[in-house]
Amino acid sequence: MASNKLFNILVPIISVLLGLIAGAIIMLVSGYNPIAGYTALWNGAFGDLYFMGETVRQITPYILTGLAVAFAFRSGLFNIGAEGQVIVGWLAAVWVGLAIDAPMIIHLPLAVIAAAVAGAIWGFIPGILKAKLGVHEVIVTIMMNYIALYCTNEIIRSVLTDNMDSTEIIPPSASLASEWLQGLTFFSRMHYGILIALFAAVVMWFIMQRTTIGYELKAVGFNQHASKYAGMKVSKNIILSMVIAGAFAGLAGAMEGLGTYGSISVMSGFTNLGFDGIAVALLGANTALGVVLAAILFGVLKVGAINMPTGAEVPTELVDIIIALIIFFVASSYIIRWILLRFKKEGK
Amino acid sequence: MVDILQSIIPPALFFSAPLIFTALGGVFSERSGVVNIGLEGLMVMGAFVGIVFNLTFADVFGDWTPWLSIIVAMVVSAIFSIIHAVASVSFRADQVVSGVAINFLALGLGVFLTKQWYDKGQTDMVTKPFYTMDIPLLSKVPVIGDIFFQGIYLTSYLAIILAFVAWYVLHKTPFGLRLRAVGEHPAAADTNGINVYKMRYIAVIISGAMGGLGGSVFALTIALNFSHATIVGQGFMSLAAVIFGKWHPLGAMGAALFFGFAQSLSVISAGVPFLEDVPQVFLLIAPYVLTILALAGFVGRSEAPKANGVPYIKGSR
Repeated sequence: MASNKLFNILVPIISVLLGLIAGAIIMLVSGYNPIAGYTALWNGAFGDLYFMGETVRQITPYILTGLAVAFAFRSGLFNIGAEGQVIVGWLAAVWVGLAIDAPMIIHLPLAVIAAAVAGAIWGFIPGILKAKLGVHEVIVTIMMNYIALYCTNEIIRSVLTDNMDSTEIIPPSASLASEWLQGLTFFSRMHYGILIALFAAVVMWFIMQRTTIGYELKAVGFNQHASKYAGMKVSKNIILSMVIAGAFAGLAGAMEGLGTYGSISVMSGFTNLGFDGIAVALLGANTALGVVLAAILFGVLKVGAINMPTGAEVPTELVDIIIALIIFFVASSYIIRWILLRFKKEGK
Repeated sequence: MVDILQSIIPPALFFSAPLIFTALGGVFSERSGVVNIGLEGLMVMGAFVGIVFNLTFADVFGDWTPWLSIIVAMVVSAIFSIIHAVASVSFRADQVVSGVAINFLALGLGVFLTKQWYDKGQTDMVTKPFYTMDIPLLSKVPVIGDIFFQGIYLTSYLAIILAFVAWYVLHKTPFGLRLRAVGEHPAAADTNGINVYKMRYIAVIISGAMGGLGGSVFALTIALNFSHATIVGQGFMSLAAVIFGKWHPLGAMGAALFFGFAQSLSVISAGVPFLEDVPQVFLLIAPYVLTILALAGFVGRSEAPKANGVPYIKGSR
């Protein structure tokens, strides 16, 4: 149905607009100037090349964690564990970066793959428990987040360093950072990872739309019993889905470890990249293209928000409220659809 | 031995009380068929309101302030949870999505308002938090008194009592039967004249009140101020307790007590003979590893209420 497709595009756009309008109202009510607020936001994201570089840097991991949540969603699994998968991926990437001495052509891919494998293992555990024992994946992924956090901190303190809070910087042979990109953007922390993230989005699209594996994964998401009856191995697909999702999130960790920071530090709390990935996936309707677009929007909002307190004295958290409202409106798409239909009928 | 128990049990009760409150709220909501990922956000709202009320009215209400704070936090969080109810019951939103929105919204609002009202990222410390106390008479009982009734927060008992109240309401009253019916088979319940939408609204609002209670008790016993880092994952732990406890109030309480106990181990390990030599990291991850093992091992398949997460559309089959 053509009109259905139109709705699917219209609903996120309307939701984003409603979210921004609501944000303006909140600024107005709290005594701020919404025009100044949004100008500051815009300048903070696109004001000059430095800010644009930083925006791209923020978009990079968002694409990957968004994919991690979206991919699992397509098979009917809710991956709250992207957070933990990011952390172990980050750790693995930096570990390989520090431990091995090799030319870049071997070293960098090895570090990136290590991150993906670490994330995949972190996804495999909830996957196999769900598939073989029916343990709820939500609860296991929540637990795995904490295990990742505490274990990583311990490894940083006692294995990678001698009771320090932060590791050394990885050698250039494992780094995604690029002097060229940094020079281009007034020394922002933008790095080559964006190419990996976009490639990952293409991979997800290809797996989901063009392969039998993707077809089976989606079928399991729609109806496990029917898939089983059609001869598909439900448990294999559940595990596979979580493993691939975990690998995406692990790559997001590599972006931080090899690109943005070049090291890993003891964390007092979660990175929030994984949790934000949930929002990205939801706004992107769990499709590869949608996730990329949603990641761009959230990256812009998050980086732009940093400029809001200096530019317009608006607290950065306004952006969190706007993001929440956008998700809320997307969730309530039924009512938006209903109102749109109403307008259509009256128009006739 | 008594010494060891005395150093383990009061902290265990102390850590688990907020989780018990919130998990009970989760049980109500999920038993009516509304998935509540938003427990985290409801706790954030409760913590925020509890702290702000306490700071603002400490001079007016004196020693009654903490109690009034948690009541106000309950009311505000209950109202806040109506957003989730409207989205997931009336607007037929994906309940997981709506719950995630609640989490983002509560944290955003809380920190935004904190910055606006206090001009900084975190509030001051409250002057009227809850204090530990010895229960008169009962604390004098030998052995048991030392372990269970000395240096305890009253809120810990309130949590355990409420768990039994919740069990009674859900499993022994007509209201509870209706609530569970709506979560198992809404169409059948509707045919029997139960207003599905109304029951689900009530259940979500109860979960809002309980989440607010949990968040404010956490804030006024453990955190003592509000910032973006006050509630970090306790709501998700409560959700885990709901599933671990198989959607049963007493089961959820047991799971929450277990989490609290495991958390207290890492805090007090220095003073306990067997635990002194265990590296801290193992104690820190113990609750989470044990939960996974327990779920994989003896608890087995966790079956959610049949209609959990499915919006009810009148007339659909």
